[in-house]
Amino acid sequence: MSLLEIKDLQVRVDDREILHGLSLTVNEGEIHAIMGPNGSGKSTLSHVIAGKPGYEVTGGEILFRGEDLLEMDPDERAAKGVFLAFQYPVEIPGVVTMNFLRTAYNAQRKARGESELMAPEFLKKVREVAKRLGIPQDMLKRGVNVGFSGGEKKRNEILQMALFEPSLCILDEMDSGLDIDALRIAADGVNALRSPGRAMVVITHYQRLLNYIIPDVVHVMSKGRVVKSGGKELALELEASGYAQFDEAALTAA
Amino acid sequence: MNVVLTKTETQRPASDVFAGVRDRLPGRGKAAEAREQAFAAFERAGLPHRRLEDWKYTDLRALMRDVLPLAAAPDKNALERAEAALASLPAVDAVRVVLVDGAFAPTLSNLGGMETGVRVQTLREALEDGNHADLLSNGSEPGAMIALNAAMATDGLVITVADRVAIAKPLHIAHVATRGSTASFTRSFLTIGKAAQATLLESFVAAEGTKSYQVNDVISVSVGDDAEVQHVRLMDDGADATNITTAVFSVGAKARLTTFNMTSGGILSRYQGHLTFSGEGAEVNANGVNLLNGRQHADTTLFLDHAVPHCMSREVFRSVVDDRAQSVFQGRIIVRPHAQKTDAKMMTRALLLSDEAEADNKPELEIFADDVTCGHGATTGALDESLLFYLRARGLPEKEAEALLIQAFVGEAIEAIASDGLRELTVTIARAWLERRG
Ligand SMILES: Nc1ncnc2c1ncn2[C@@H]1O[C@H](COP(=O)(O)OP(=O)(O)O)[C@@H](O)[C@H]1O
Ligand SMILES: [Mg+2]
Repeated sequence: MSLLEIKDLQVRVDDREILHGLSLTVNEGEIHAIMGPNGSGKSTLSHVIAGKPGYEVTGGEILFRGEDLLEMDPDERAAKGVFLAFQYPVEIPGVVTMNFLRTAYNAQRKARGESELMAPEFLKKVREVAKRLGIPQDMLKRGVNVGFSGGEKKRNEILQMALFEPSLCILDEMDSGLDIDALRIAADGVNALRSPGRAMVVITHYQRLLNYIIPDVVHVMSKGRVVKSGGKELALELEASGYAQFDEAALTAA
Repeated sequence: MNVVLTKTETQRPASDVFAGVRDRLPGRGKAAEAREQAFAAFERAGLPHRRLEDWKYTDLRALMRDVLPLAAAPDKNALERAEAALASLPAVDAVRVVLVDGAFAPTLSNLGGMETGVRVQTLREALEDGNHADLLSNGSEPGAMIALNAAMATDGLVITVADRVAIAKPLHIAHVATRGSTASFTRSFLTIGKAAQATLLESFVAAEGTKSYQVNDVISVSVGDDAEVQHVRLMDDGADATNITTAVFSVGAKARLTTFNMTSGGILSRYQGHLTFSGEGAEVNANGVNLLNGRQHADTTLFLDHAVPHCMSREVFRSVVDDRAQSVFQGRIIVRPHAQKTDAKMMTRALLLSDEAEADNKPELEIFADDVTCGHGATTGALDESLLFYLRARGLPEKEAEALLIQAFVGEAIEAIASDGLRELTVTIARAWLERRG
């Protein structure tokens, strides 16, 4: 059974169809890249997988380990191992990062029927991972993402990914707004989490990120569909020739 | 027959209630005269109603309707129930004075270990032995409800802290109601000497199963020059109780006062604070939180009088309103003509958790001096969907995600409480409210 199976997914926002029958299959241990121009529906796809309200699924299905993901609340999906690293992580003033991490972690464990991890143990774990990612300890005492730079926000997402140990990680434009050093730290963090039991979907506009996180499969998305899939060389091809050819392909397919 | 009798019993007009108890109220001579005058003042005005500007959101004639009979002094059973109610509160390390149904309960109070220089007397003693009729006068603070309190007050605390004395532990005045369908009237005074330090906690709760009672409390706090005072009031009265409280503060030169009120209980309440700067260079934080659901109606009305120059005030008010509840915040700041260099800011924010919830905000700044920094702001809104989704995508169930955001929201008002113990107590009670919400 595949880890994630998306079949002919159709999604509307405000009565406008954004995804027009998208299909995608991801197996355990695989790294998939989804590339596509702005507005092609990449973030929409990631939001629908995570369960963000406001999207109407008018057709198709999403199966996670064979279960109907669309029937689950966002928190259920998280507890089952779906993790979305947001393109734009929000700031949550007044909710201390460390407290948030512990509450979220224990909520997931509770939902899975596992025992909650006590504070000192958890603190130790967070500190270790934070150190590895070069996240200063005092950031953990601040409100979630409040006053964080773009790079710090992205690292905070990867910190959570490392703590929660999801089986499916969706990284939405992890490279946006990062300089080359920040990008390298973030990519190293992601690469450290590669494992046979974990799959990743790396969404990006640019080929650059894929020099650091080497994918097994590359998909090209255009106008709400996957229009081409191939090996990692497809990313380089795109870098050279641009997206225009695929826009044409999407149009003729439509 | 019985039913009819009971009905007339509980709906007797206030004049009958007063006539029935006046001879048993503490204090003779001047004190008794002061009560008569106060009651006459109340009768002339009657219960406040919506045509009075100050009460336009909280019409007591419509909402409270009448004054219930005075609660009888607590008996053994009442004291036992009160004790159980107190035991169910989160523990706080404080010197505790307990008022049960408006009467001092010595067996539940622990005044041991009080510093020298601190004097604690009950209002009853002060009126009966000391003949302090002035304790029943209302000074410059008019209003029908405070007049009614003067007429009916049965007990309270009269506390004085001598100059330069610092009280280590908070002083806790705990109000407990045990008798349903009755009213209690309490009146307390706290006089803090020059350069003294004190922390006052007030709490209002009901013994299990106490229904439909009324509380009318007056607290008067005088903060001496250079003194530091923290005041935390936690009103968590029974679900169908009425609580009308007037708090009067006078703040001396270079004094610092933090006063915080949280209303989470009662079906109908009004907390009216009246604060006057009486000496230059003082700083005040007057914060508050309303946590309301069901059909609760809670009104916080604060009046800050910048009567002298060079004082600073900060007001942070947060209300969280669910179901069909209604929250009212009226904040009035007056800056008198010679009160130059006044620095006054007031910010009120309401969070509506249901479509039928209501929050009324009425900030008013009246500035008569020209060299001042003053500002106010008011917002009303719902929980931010994108924040909620972020938390849920991290595994928090809906109610828990909401609770975390609500706690952060009210935290902006709670954080001004400097005492760790009292801040934690406040957070615990706010959390309990969130858990009750389900
Ligand atoms: N909440 C929304 N309301 C209306 N239109 C939206 C919303 N979110 C996305 N869209 C539209 O859907 C299309 C795809 O957007 P998005 O998924 O963000 O693309 P990408 O991430 O590939 O840049 C765009 O045309 C965008 O304007
Ligand atoms: Mg996007």
